[in-house]
Amino acid sequence: MITYLEAIREAQAKALADDPRVYIYGQDVGQFGGAFKATKGLAKEYPGRVLDSPISEDAIIGSAIGAAIEGMRPIVEMQFADFSTVGFNQIVNQAATLHWRTQVPCPITIRLPSGGTAGAGPFHSQSMEALYAHYPGLIVMTPATVEDAYSMLLEAVAIDDPVIFCEHKYLYYHLKAEALPTEAVPTGKARIARQGRDATIVTYSAMLHEALACAEEMASECWEIEVIDLRSIKPLDTDTVLASVARTGRLLVVGEAWPWGGVTAEVIARVATEGFALLDTPPMRLNAKDTPVPYHPNLWGTHRPTAKTIAVALRELLSA
Amino acid sequence: MVQATAVLTASVDISDLKARFLAAYRWMLIARVVEEKIAALYRGGKITGGVFLGKGQEALSTATGMALRKGDVFAPLIRDQAGRLAFGESLLDCTRTYMGSRLGPMRGRDGNVHRGRPQEGLMAMISHLGAMLPVVAGALLARRFRGVEDTVGAVSLGDGATSTGAFHEGLNLAAVEKLPLVLVIANNQYAYSTPTSRQFACEDLVDKAIGYGVAGHSVDGTDLEACLDTLQRAVTAARNGGGPQLVIASLLRLVGHGEHDDAGYVDPKLRQSSLGADCLELAEQRILREQWATAKTLRDSQDEVQRQIEEAVATTLREPLPDPNTEDWCPLATRHLCEGGSEGR
Repeated sequence: MITYLEAIREAQAKALADDPRVYIYGQDVGQFGGAFKATKGLAKEYPGRVLDSPISEDAIIGSAIGAAIEGMRPIVEMQFADFSTVGFNQIVNQAATLHWRTQVPCPITIRLPSGGTAGAGPFHSQSMEALYAHYPGLIVMTPATVEDAYSMLLEAVAIDDPVIFCEHKYLYYHLKAEALPTEAVPTGKARIARQGRDATIVTYSAMLHEALACAEEMASECWEIEVIDLRSIKPLDTDTVLASVARTGRLLVVGEAWPWGGVTAEVIARVATEGFALLDTPPMRLNAKDTPVPYHPNLWGTHRPTAKTIAVALRELLSA
Repeated sequence: MVQATAVLTASVDISDLKARFLAAYRWMLIARVVEEKIAALYRGGKITGGVFLGKGQEALSTATGMALRKGDVFAPLIRDQAGRLAFGESLLDCTRTYMGSRLGPMRGRDGNVHRGRPQEGLMAMISHLGAMLPVVAGALLARRFRGVEDTVGAVSLGDGATSTGAFHEGLNLAAVEKLPLVLVIANNQYAYSTPTSRQFACEDLVDKAIGYGVAGHSVDGTDLEACLDTLQRAVTAARNGGGPQLVIASLLRLVGHGEHDDAGYVDPKLRQSSLGADCLELAEQRILREQWATAKTLRDSQDEVQRQIEEAVATTLREPLPDPNTEDWCPLATRHLCEGGSEGR
């Protein structure tokens, strides 16, 4: 069995083995192996290519951009996605604009340990994907499975553009697969994680598993719920979403991030503008509450959507 | 015989300074004249957006560009027309970017001083001050990974940028990695309208070198020879493994922040002080005093520079402008991942 976190470590090991242009840079990623051990043992296996950085997110990202200009393919780890705001300027103004301005590609992979876990609190729990997807010039991946964590990270390193790789901390240890994948769905294609005909849930990252649990529960009441895993939110596979809505006529979009201007809003905007006639009922969405992410499990468990709250929303959608 | 050799050696030394000084003077002159032309075009409505001049900073900028070699890395800032030329940027890259030519390096996608050719080591600055410092550090890190030795990266910043987080993070990272990086600070006394007294509280910016564990150099930015010597020394030290070098040059910006700014906030006493001297005029006086050239030669060379610049502008004026209908609106290198159908409708 291999965990989601081990898959991320294995993908980085393979990237280092396959391509001498790859190096890893970030806080505590060297001998210590990273705060979550996503780079465990890599500094020893690849001497001089897995480097500890100062606590300097701006300089970590900025230096990766400079190295990419010189032909390297850096993987940088932000210790927590939340801290990427300190490097935000370099990501959205430097990395995202470089190719468009100068025709020089910027192949950097920025790993963001994302999303909430119990007890992590307001500054170790954030989901930043919508923020980065907003900026032209960035690719934003949100893998929800062990297989995707592995294959999409390898694809991220190979892509000639800056990739924001949102890996969910909640999945690190709990999510397991039999083996690493030998085939991969390309980025930009969503996946139908469960087929159904009564309603479509569109989601991504850790919320996929809440949605699947909900669909399983609803199946005992004879509801057939289709669940779509977006895999990457930029590019967003609108076609697969529309095709599903064409089959089911009902849409619920679920995201762990905050609601305002986020992924759920974007999906609904696209379906409403490009496939309004496909909808039998008004679309719905479910997000985290619009407050900072709370610390205590009692609050956190209610702050984010769960299989239970998704089911409540779904029943409302199905009865409309 | 001994005497003759001594005279010869002395004359070689002098002619070396003379050659360097005259070459530097020429870059300074071209920069000054092309910027005057750009300002005239701006006033005539031929340039959209801002115009930012380097008047008063040409000696420092030229010295930076000249101390570097082809293949080094240079991240110029907004007052580095002279250094860009000395590093190898063409006049056409300047006129084309200011005038929006589709044939320029930025193809109308970015303008004025926001230009470069990163694949040739000339970084294209973004507007956020200090941001290019970590980028150059990264380029040097990459060269280390690839085993490239004998290389240097120079970054130009102003006194205002020393207050940014990127300055701190970038210089600290460069120091930790002992990178061959030269950070040139033009302390031109004002960041836009803000005087240094509202920018930092240290007595002298060069003292920051101690805190970062890097070498510090101070130089009179109005004195071309001093700038040439100091920058050469700093670049050589970095090239030879001495780690990052912080150069602080004192001078005064002799124009507004941009051409839209009359710089009415500049203290008249500063203008009268030695900081307010025009480095180009001082260089000219020095050339005449040393009899390295005659007044007539200088006038001829000014005429020739003027002709070159008129030609570059005339060429640029004939060139195609960006066309929104044929523009490629994909921001990615990976074309198939562009979101074609998602324009805000």
